[in-house]
Amino acid sequence: MVKLTINGKEHSVDVRPDTPLLWVLRDHLGLTGTKFGCGMAQCGACTVHLNGEAVRSCVTLVSRAAGQKVTTIEGLSKDNSHPLQRAWLEDDVLQCGYCQSGQIMSAAVLLRDHPNPSDSDIDQAMSGNICRCGTYQRIRNAIHKAAKLQKEGGVK
Amino acid sequence: MSKSNLTRRKFLQDSTIIAGGLIIPFSVPAGNRKTVLADGADGTKFITQNAYLHIGTDNTVKILLAHSEMGQGVWTTMPMLIAEELDCDWNNIKVEHGPAGAPYIHTAFGIQLTGGSTSTWSEFDRYRKAGATARMMLTQAAADKMNTTPDKCKTENGYVISASNKKLSYGEVAEAAAKLPPPSDVPLRDPSKWKYIGKSKRRLDTPEKINGTAKFGMDMQFPGMLTAVVAHPPVFGAKVKSFDASKAKAIPGVQQVVEIPSGVAVLADHYWEAKLGRDALKVEWDIDPAKAIDSRDQLDSYKRIASTTGVAAAKAGDVNAELSKGSKKIEAEYFFPYLAHAAMEPMNCTVLLSENSCEIWTGTQFQMQEQTAAAKVLGMKPEQVMVNTTFLGGAFGRRANKDNDYVVEAVHVAKASGKNVKLVWSREDDMRGGYYRPAFLHKVQVMPATDGKPGAWKHTIVGQSIMQGSPFEAMIQNGIDPASTEGISDSPYMKEIPNHLVELHSPVVNVPVLWWRSVGHTHTAFVMETMIDELAFAAKADPVEYRRSLLKNHGRNLAALNLAAEKSGWGKSLPAGHFRGVAVHESFGSSVAQVAEISIVNDALKVHKVTCAIDCGLAVNPDGVAAQMESGIIFGLTALLYGEITLEKGRVKQRNFHDYKMVRMNEAPVIDVHIVKSTEKMGGAGEPGTPPIAPAIANAIFAATGKRIRTLPLRPEDLKTT
Repeated sequence: MVKLTINGKEHSVDVRPDTPLLWVLRDHLGLTGTKFGCGMAQCGACTVHLNGEAVRSCVTLVSRAAGQKVTTIEGLSKDNSHPLQRAWLEDDVLQCGYCQSGQIMSAAVLLRDHPNPSDSDIDQAMSGNICRCGTYQRIRNAIHKAAKLQKEGGVK
Repeated sequence: MSKSNLTRRKFLQDSTIIAGGLIIPFSVPAGNRKTVLADGADGTKFITQNAYLHIGTDNTVKILLAHSEMGQGVWTTMPMLIAEELDCDWNNIKVEHGPAGAPYIHTAFGIQLTGGSTSTWSEFDRYRKAGATARMMLTQAAADKMNTTPDKCKTENGYVISASNKKLSYGEVAEAAAKLPPPSDVPLRDPSKWKYIGKSKRRLDTPEKINGTAKFGMDMQFPGMLTAVVAHPPVFGAKVKSFDASKAKAIPGVQQVVEIPSGVAVLADHYWEAKLGRDALKVEWDIDPAKAIDSRDQLDSYKRIASTTGVAAAKAGDVNAELSKGSKKIEAEYFFPYLAHAAMEPMNCTVLLSENSCEIWTGTQFQMQEQTAAAKVLGMKPEQVMVNTTFLGGAFGRRANKDNDYVVEAVHVAKASGKNVKLVWSREDDMRGGYYRPAFLHKVQVMPATDGKPGAWKHTIVGQSIMQGSPFEAMIQNGIDPASTEGISDSPYMKEIPNHLVELHSPVVNVPVLWWRSVGHTHTAFVMETMIDELAFAAKADPVEYRRSLLKNHGRNLAALNLAAEKSGWGKSLPAGHFRGVAVHESFGSSVAQVAEISIVNDALKVHKVTCAIDCGLAVNPDGVAAQMESGIIFGLTALLYGEITLEKGRVKQRNFHDYKMVRMNEAPVIDVHIVKSTEKMGGAGEPGTPPIAPAIANAIFAATGKRIRTLPLRPEDLKTT
């Protein structure tokens, strides 16, 4: 049994300890918002927060997350009210959408650490996330917009 | 005001049968259509107005799509077409994919298909008519209830309003409306009255795609379902000789190991256990060495083939005589490798199988083809197989598979195991699973005329046919697969050249090939637009001016070219070390011109900005068109910089994103899209943005280095400035 705190809720999962966190979230807990894209930390579709830091859940063993706090896309806000979600809505960022959970989770850490990110901060933080639909320009603009929304709305 | 010719008989034939007082879509088993006709948990009842439209008693307007949402935006564009005529409340719209069925057959292709950048123009009338028909019936039903006549009523925001200002909501009259005979004459609104068409609308699928609730095929889960991972042969088409599953079965969670035609499937409670099971599996394959091809040999063989006579695809004058005159002949050989689609969501398919029916959940561009193929494997009738389309995590042509590969594989696993299964491909399975953009070789000889324009042009194309063995095989006429020659034999440049000859060779190679975003134009636009550029420089002409002189009879390409040139500041000075290149190309009924601005610093390429202009006729959702241009440009840029699938002894070398790279945030240029204000015929948007970008950048690289690029992807030596 592995104990995990996911989106503020405690779970006990009967799983082999060498299972990547991604598959525990998806297959055991039904949290399918976190996506499988490559399985080797190349695409970022599986990005979640482990104690507030962005990690690739496809290469993070569940044993490493045991007893730690995990946040997934489902836990980012209750009502699409996170500044990034609002900016994504306003700017029509996404297309197929498959990579966007990971994009948003990577951007959320960027925005917390750099409330006013430069383009090079964005390059640095977001280059681990592939979007095959090529929505990069809109992601970049929406991150800048979310930074403004975050400032206006106060830090949550 | 335009009028449709939708007769009652035709309407019923297309879309409906009467059952239990309600009209439901034809070909959909009544008791089996849980997903679409399910009434709301809150007691809401949905009443079918026609195959594309249901109205709930709570005024929800449920729109069923004939096309699949794979990123291109049909989830929003189709509702815009319906809302334009229906006068519903935009905020009450809910969208679902339609099932496999006759009403959803493509209006131009005759099979159910999302592809060819055709969804918007091919549905432009059908979806507007669906909205207009429903509005007329709802108005009639409301007028009857309010003791008035339809001509004295208006419709607004989901209500029918009488002359005396009484109003009934669509939900209140939906049931009565559905019992009325559909009108025989359905007038459509004059463009001057349009409220939606031509104005940008925000995507309707965003809310569920930013909080993890959107369901892709990969996300389907059912109680008791097993996950299957399949060991595929290392060489395409090889068969299992023998296998040893003892170690795989020893892994806790692994439930079953079964042989299927395409390999050996490991079924487990969860993906990770199935994956470990496959890792532990020992399989001996029966490999025919003659079919284990090598990319290097293939290139040599294509070069040899190119020097022989092929099938003529276009011909004028006497090209050979003209090519032997004078000394200014330009000769070039181009090579383009296989390319993988690499959609972000690896292929997958969920199959729930019972004795008399089969339910499939998958992301597909090809619903009826999947249905028929699954039925064939199971010995069922197509109507016993239900295809539920999920969101597609990218497709780019890969999910319109001519052999229905991943669906057929999943059905075989379900059949062999007797279990409900979700087949999941890893990224490696996906990368090595074939169905690539075919490799192509082009050989071009051009003799400029005295005015610098091309006087004779001989063009030989060598590459596998995509249409062969596909549902569109009949398109191959006189040995010419149009998907191999599109963009060359029908090029507006070619029409201006008095002596030309285009020849095609379609060798058969043991590598499955498929349409890949913009299909033949992926390579033909590159050859045409870099060679035209080469001729412009040989003639000491400005590349834009040179193209203008050749395109004077092609207003659409000219309009796109002029707009891109103007918006990019073509001819104006650039920062030191920056260079521009241009390309213009027509595909899928739209003309797109792009100007790329680049620099090369320390032998590294930086694409700073791409200015793009498109003439797609009427742009129903302009921001959606812009998004598709942005997307197509990044897609084409990835192919230029990185795209290359190679084979060694029949084995695909690349396996994941570390050796089949994608453009990332730090490499993405600024993209500035402009839409030509156009009254031309409507064209597509999903694909036409891809073809011009690679040649535009290659032409900019030439401006910087003096070197012509003839092989993709770019090699380091292409960027050396010294």
